[in-house]
Amino acid sequence: MGLLYKFKQGLKKTREGFVDKIDRLVKGKKISDEFYDELEEILIGADVGVETTLDLVEELKGRARENRLGDTEEVKELLKEILIERLGKEVKPLNISQGLSVILVMGVNGVGKTTSIAKLAYLMKEEGKRVLIAAGDTFRAAAIEQLEIWAGRVGVDIIKHKIGSDPAAVIFDAVSAAQARGADVVLCDTAGRLHTKMNLMEELKKIHRVTGKALPGAPHEVLLVLDATTGQNALSQAKLFGEVSPITGIVLTKLDGTAKGGIVIAVSNLLDVPIKYIGIGESLEDLHAFNPQDFVSALFD
Amino acid sequence: MLFEGLAGKLQETFKKLKGKGKLTEKDVEAALREVRLALLEADVNFKVVKNFISQIKERCIGQEVLGSLTPAQQVIKIVNEELTILMGETTSKINLNTGGITVIMMVGLQGSGKTTTAAKLAKYLNKENLSPLMVAADVYRPAAIDQLKYLGEQLDMPVFSLGQRDPVEIVQEALKEAALKNHNAVIVDTAGRLHVNQELMEELQRIKDTAVPSEILLVVDSMTGQDAVNVAESFHQQLGLTGVVLTKLDGDTRGGAALSVNAVTGCPIKFVGMGEKLDALEPFHPERMASRILGMGDVLSLIEKAQSNIDQEQAKVLEEKFRTQQFTFDDFLEQLQQVKNMGPLDQIMDMMPGLGGMNKKMKNLSVDEKQLGQVEAIIKSMTREERSAPEIINSSRRKRIALGSGTKVQDVNKLLKQFDQMKKMMKQLTKMEKGKKKGKKPFPFFPK
Repeated sequence: MGLLYKFKQGLKKTREGFVDKIDRLVKGKKISDEFYDELEEILIGADVGVETTLDLVEELKGRARENRLGDTEEVKELLKEILIERLGKEVKPLNISQGLSVILVMGVNGVGKTTSIAKLAYLMKEEGKRVLIAAGDTFRAAAIEQLEIWAGRVGVDIIKHKIGSDPAAVIFDAVSAAQARGADVVLCDTAGRLHTKMNLMEELKKIHRVTGKALPGAPHEVLLVLDATTGQNALSQAKLFGEVSPITGIVLTKLDGTAKGGIVIAVSNLLDVPIKYIGIGESLEDLHAFNPQDFVSALFD
Repeated sequence: MLFEGLAGKLQETFKKLKGKGKLTEKDVEAALREVRLALLEADVNFKVVKNFISQIKERCIGQEVLGSLTPAQQVIKIVNEELTILMGETTSKINLNTGGITVIMMVGLQGSGKTTTAAKLAKYLNKENLSPLMVAADVYRPAAIDQLKYLGEQLDMPVFSLGQRDPVEIVQEALKEAALKNHNAVIVDTAGRLHVNQELMEELQRIKDTAVPSEILLVVDSMTGQDAVNVAESFHQQLGLTGVVLTKLDGDTRGGAALSVNAVTGCPIKFVGMGEKLDALEPFHPERMASRILGMGDVLSLIEKAQSNIDQEQAKVLEEKFRTQQFTFDDFLEQLQQVKNMGPLDQIMDMMPGLGGMNKKMKNLSVDEKQLGQVEAIIKSMTREERSAPEIINSSRRKRIALGSGTKVQDVNKLLKQFDQMKKMMKQLTKMEKGKKKGKKPFPFFPK
């Protein structure tokens, strides 16, 4: 079972919902206003959002006219091309520096931060890196225990304080410990927080600042975890989280449901933040580097 | 927010139609296009939107444009009413199994907030004089059992767990325990699962067969997008839901998922989750949700938000000051502090219907920490006299205040201007309040 196969399996539901509809549309219709209207509907139905959809279809129409496309099948290919362009074409690797790299992971409640950290730790350990995890979610009941169990499964060390302690202090300690132990990467968990809670966002700002004090240049990577089932609110999340701690990449989780993950397109279109990883299952190996080409291909083929 | 409020858009659409006595089909279509976009932008499922629009189209065509109303408001009124009706047949009550043990099953996707909601529900039932037992049946997610136990400790309420055993067995044992210890309610926290995971969905069915629950509540994240329909539909088909709990509504999501879920399952939304505190489970208000989905503002929630953050005594005094226009800089300072506790100001402004335009004018009033510090400094550099009668602040006083607070005269000017705007706004609010008392409807699109 190759990676591509797994990838496709994970995205099966996405494909069924999204591409089958497009295929049906392409087969049944000639290029007409009605065709574009229906295409719009499909895109909006995939959480691409009104603004981005209108924008995409506008471009599609224009380029189809320019290239004198007469066949709906060709328009579909063109849509693929446009989607890949919008998603940024290449794989965006993590910003890992020579010495110790600190990765801050944040997001709203329940998107899968803790699980994503475990999966990231697994990925990096497989690459031969020495990974340390910081249990920065000191708020939610049993979050530390949850991360501990994961750390045990992956086989990496974890730095933790008690529940209710200062998350910035935990992360500071973890970075210091990582330096002392000669680790390559520190993965920092943070408590889930709604992006509209000012005091919690201030806390995140502090965490960001303290990380920089523990190690100049840190955090090297700030990952925002988004749930693929999230609708247009993801834009607000990305925007407001980005204001307190500039996001360098997005991890899109739970793509193995029926969610179409179209929000990815909206986010990269409107906010220009690269998607770096996608989660397509519950086991440790189910986090994959996001490759726009493969993603769109897996969607369409 | 990417789109301006629906009200503004509709007003724009209807501007061209001024002087018309009746709405024609074409006018209505143009207006409904805006409604459609607003609903889609709020994450209501596009199929649900389609149905809804075709339903209300008929009601809109041929409507008299009442003298006092603008057509835009007339359309919004209809849309809002229909939305409310659609979500409205709900009572935020738990079906009790009188005489026996009421079993409530919490189900949903991963991360929707089942465990937290289970604890909130336990607290709620406890207030209703029931004696609930929480059951930790999420044996998959690491530390989920510990999480429920912690929450139980916080509430000082019992949690039943058997570790990582078969969930069906756990529920069986829990029911025995409940009977033994005279608990009349059992809340089963199940593991989060994807609705397409056949194996886990079957497990839920087995739990259902064993426990014979009076309630199966689907816990839905209010930020869910178009997929809410599929999730709700499949849980409903396989389990027969009795109700929905909408979580994380304390964020800035428009919450269109509420409408989608309601439309496909026909199940009432029984409660909403508004925060991480364990008493933050609230009854569902369809009319508020309708306004929120439409981006029309939510005065009632605003008032509640204010109530929860503002000292009641202080509020009374302030209210009096608003009414009598005796609002001073001291009050302003106090106000800013309290507003800060309520969250970003523009968000609060968004909750106020009719103030959408005001919001734009007052963009420069957004309170961030730094600015607030500056404002504080400026006000504190004023004399007592100046604070209570800002109109006496002439240019030499302005210079002195700027010097004293370490700011520029422009900053002082800006603040004075903002203060003036705020006073005007308060005046407007007070007027609204008065209108209500006389039985007039100041905002026709607003359901009573």
